Amino acid sequence: MTKKLLSVLSMITVLLLPCLGQAAPKEFRLLTWKGYAPAELVEKFEKETGYKVQVTYSNNEEMIAKLRATRGGGFDLAQPSQDRISSVQESFGLYQAIDFGRIEAPRFIPSMLDAVKKNTLVKGKSYAVPFCWGTDGLIVNRKFAPEAKSFADLLDSKYAGRVSYRLKRPTLIAQAFGMGVDPFALYADEAAYQKMLDQVEGKLIAAKGVVKNYWTNGDALLESMRSGEVHIAQAWDNGGFKLHAENPDIDFVAPTTGALGWIDTFAIPAKADNVDAAYKWINFMMRPENAAVFTNAEDTPTAAVGVGERLKPAFRADFERCYPQQVIDNIKWYPPVPAKLEAMEGKALDRVKAAQ
Amino acid sequence: MSAVAASKAGPGLRLTLALFLTPVVLWLGLLIVLPHIDLLIMSFRMDPSFGDEGWSFENYRQFFAEPIYWLTFVRTAGYSVLVTLLTFLVSLPVAFYVTKVVARNTSRFLLTMLLLPFWVSELVRVYGWMILLRESGVLNHWLTGLGITAAPVEMLYNDATMIMGLVYTSMLFMVVPLVSVLESLDDSLIEAAYDLGAGPWTIMRTIVVPHCMPGIMSGAIVVFMLTLGNYLTPNLMGGKNSLWFTEQIYNQFIASFNWNQGAAFGFLLLALSSCIIWLGLRLTGQKLSRVVQ
Amino acid sequence: MQGPAVSPLRGTGGNRNGYRTAPAEGACQTRRAWRPRSSSCTVPADGCRNGRWRAGARPCAAGVHDQMSPDIFPDLSVGNVVKRFEKFTAVDDVSFEVEQGRFFSILGPSGCGKTTLLRMIAGFESPDSGVIAIRGRDMAGIAPNRRPVNLIFQHLALFPMMSVAENIAFGLKRRGMAGGDIARKVQDVLERVGLPGYGAKMPAQLSGGQRQRVAIARCLVLEPAVLLLDEPLGALDLKLREQMKVELKTLQAEVGTTFVYITHDQSEALVMSDHVAVMNAGRFEQVDTPRNLYRRPASAFVAGFVGETNVWTGTLEEVAGDAGVVRTDEGAVFRARVAAGLARGARVDMFIRPEAVLIDPDGAACVTGDAPDYAPDYAEDAAPGGDAPLPPRGACANRASVQVQAILFDGAASRLLTHPEGSRREVMVALPQNRLYDHIKPGDRITVGWDDRAGICFAAGSGR
Repeated sequence: MTKKLLSVLSMITVLLLPCLGQAAPKEFRLLTWKGYAPAELVEKFEKETGYKVQVTYSNNEEMIAKLRATRGGGFDLAQPSQDRISSVQESFGLYQAIDFGRIEAPRFIPSMLDAVKKNTLVKGKSYAVPFCWGTDGLIVNRKFAPEAKSFADLLDSKYAGRVSYRLKRPTLIAQAFGMGVDPFALYADEAAYQKMLDQVEGKLIAAKGVVKNYWTNGDALLESMRSGEVHIAQAWDNGGFKLHAENPDIDFVAPTTGALGWIDTFAIPAKADNVDAAYKWINFMMRPENAAVFTNAEDTPTAAVGVGERLKPAFRADFERCYPQQVIDNIKWYPPVPAKLEAMEGKALDRVKAAQ
Repeated sequence: MSAVAASKAGPGLRLTLALFLTPVVLWLGLLIVLPHIDLLIMSFRMDPSFGDEGWSFENYRQFFAEPIYWLTFVRTAGYSVLVTLLTFLVSLPVAFYVTKVVARNTSRFLLTMLLLPFWVSELVRVYGWMILLRESGVLNHWLTGLGITAAPVEMLYNDATMIMGLVYTSMLFMVVPLVSVLESLDDSLIEAAYDLGAGPWTIMRTIVVPHCMPGIMSGAIVVFMLTLGNYLTPNLMGGKNSLWFTEQIYNQFIASFNWNQGAAFGFLLLALSSCIIWLGLRLTGQKLSRVVQ
Repeated sequence: MQGPAVSPLRGTGGNRNGYRTAPAEGACQTRRAWRPRSSSCTVPADGCRNGRWRAGARPCAAGVHDQMSPDIFPDLSVGNVVKRFEKFTAVDDVSFEVEQGRFFSILGPSGCGKTTLLRMIAGFESPDSGVIAIRGRDMAGIAPNRRPVNLIFQHLALFPMMSVAENIAFGLKRRGMAGGDIARKVQDVLERVGLPGYGAKMPAQLSGGQRQRVAIARCLVLEPAVLLLDEPLGALDLKLREQMKVELKTLQAEVGTTFVYITHDQSEALVMSDHVAVMNAGRFEQVDTPRNLYRRPASAFVAGFVGETNVWTGTLEEVAGDAGVVRTDEGAVFRARVAAGLARGARVDMFIRPEAVLIDPDGAACVTGDAPDYAPDYAEDAAPGGDAPLPPRGACANRASVQVQAILFDGAASRLLTHPEGSRREVMVALPQNRLYDHIKPGDRITVGWDDRAGICFAAGSGR
């Protein structure tokens, strides 16, 4: 009996040991968004460097939560949006400063590199470099909503039951712009920001009858647009491009107040085990040929230079159609958001959701 | 003294026991108890970005001070009770049919059929429902095809659909304990009641339900807890109106980065749901020790 | 035996015995045999009128219809009931009636269809054909909860979550009786079954016998026309079972409710019942008083099933009326009664009860226990056919020399296991515990003898 027990226990121990041991040193653990690590590039990178790439898909909020739970460990590279870095860095110190000596700076569009450097500056050090960018605007089915062109249209009762947006902070920001307020200008003034939030909240609650659902999954939203259940949605530009290829009636529309511009970055967690691999991945992804593979797959432009002629014609057409110069000039880029504002926004969003 | 005790127990046995218990204790301690203690401590502290870092009940006070929070909880708990009740009402006839009406082989087959949907994840099941019920979904296709409705009807994103989804998700957890208690119910008790003049409804009320009470309560506890702690179904099927308390907790942790508030909510959920279960046990005169058997 | 020689036994008045091997024919007459007050034909609900009810029975007197009143209906009448489960016929054309206040048992081996029959009467199964009427009312389509019968289940089926009083009150509550009346009735019936003051106890706190009484009380309180009992004593230990048999019988006599009792235990059936139906393979083999069943089995099955018995196989050498001469396969020749329809030369099984076999018949007084059946009117001697000498007629006419194999001591039911000379056939012989036979040891050779009316022959293999 005792012997049996002992043998069982030793077996368990043997089985558990590998789990307790540290991850293999040649592993590169990437915490990123879905689609940001195309299989083709992962394979290429593995072949080139010998690292084994392990990708975890996430979004801004969960990325922060995951890193916060491990105090900046468990991953070698993360890809949060540039506006969500500095406040988190100040509070929790999740990231390590970028060593710009190891970044191949000429591969980046200088203005974007500078903007991200500036926006992620905490105590004199920058914590991220840009990877790709896009905007949050409207995806409109012109057949049913030919005139939709503003975030305010999302609340218009003439589209009742045919509207969809996320119940996340971009919606609050978008509706602030829709009301003609620049929320970014109020970031420094909590009281004014709260007042603005209250107004937005009131509008969203009043317009609950208009919205069909608050989408949570990009693919599900595209499906509802495709099937004609939803006619206008607040969503990312690349979704609009995808749908346009299938149905020319549907397209991305930059709102009159300006599309909301986001930049997703590379940031190295504070307790990354494999920092070398992280820098290698950054430089690898910014090579024009690799950046082009990503853009062609995801319809999302990157911060890499020299990609232009490698892009597929469809994407170039989409881009030229939807982003004439004045639209690009009008993009409202998200500035870094103070942590306190997010708590205020969270409550406002809860109240909107709970309202009947 | 202890030397005597040790020699009595036998050193081998003691060692075995220690070896055997160590992983269990470690498992429980490291993975369950410690994190909970950490969360509990966290719930009594303020978020560092909100000022001072001392001990305080502020996070708990917030719950009661902000109507949105406790209203959400009341709503969640209320719907969970309703879902538990509905699940019971749906499951009892099913369990009765499976155990008492059909032949043994058929009953095994039916139970397997009941289990089958649970081999896929909840997410897949919920998406399955969404495909069926959405405006451009299968059901609407049939309804309009057969001319029953003129235009497709949106069947998703309302409370009724959400409750149906929750009942569906938790049904198995009610059916299985019911099947096991019903199997222990002697058929002759049912026949005796019938013979003594009781109709089907009276038999259910006076014989079957009292006999099944331990199973009903254990099923109800599981269903209630699962429903209360569900996140996916209310969110995906309930849509825009279905703020669930778990989502509040999620939002505190993930969206607002206020782990301290989230931890306090988590413990409030634990405490309040325990209260509701205790109340349920008291009202039905059941003992927890009997129910969990 | 050669040729149909004139039997010496002819005209011995065998028809007096009324043996019948096929109960389906003449069912009404069979019924009459155990119904003392059968001077008038009982008329079931509508059976007699549609002519299907009692095929082969004595036709009803024309005047009976006009005088019909509820009390002339038997409490229970079952007519030509058939129940099939897929290919298996559980109950095959069974008819019987039970009059008010009778204790009627259905005795049969497990699987003979008795439980199915009982469940049909209770309403849990419905017959494929045939009529079940209670107090003249056809029960077809009436649910168990609407029938004026109650069933005591094999394992009693007391509701474990209710107290004794609640158990008993269950049926009354269903009738919507007022609370005060219920309490009074419950108290009354508890007193009647000898359990006063037990109302607050839970069934689990009671002994087996007390539970039994509660189960009976629970049914009796509803005053059913017929109380059905499904082997309720089966689960009790022997001593208690003996005691309950007597109690049940007394209780039944006291309350006067009609009991229909099914069992596979012949002792229960014989001790308690006014009439017993022996059931086999879905049919009634015989319906009679316990005494007649035992003494005058109507078929090989009844002879073999009711009471213990020895079987000898052999050939009929002589038949005269119901008397005959059998030559066993071992070559011994015995006189015995013969079932109707058997001719000379037929292969037969001869049944003889152990207690009918007397040890040392010349030394002891040879008295058969079947005095009324004793037939002194033998015909004159006839030439015996065959080589063996024909045993003389009369008391203890049959003799056999047997070797004692073992003594099976069982108190009053002690027996000797013996082998006839030159045979491995087992013959049981009753061993009365009157000290007369204490000298017998295994290995002894003894002479046994029995009355020439004690054995009875049926066609060989017909009891299986």
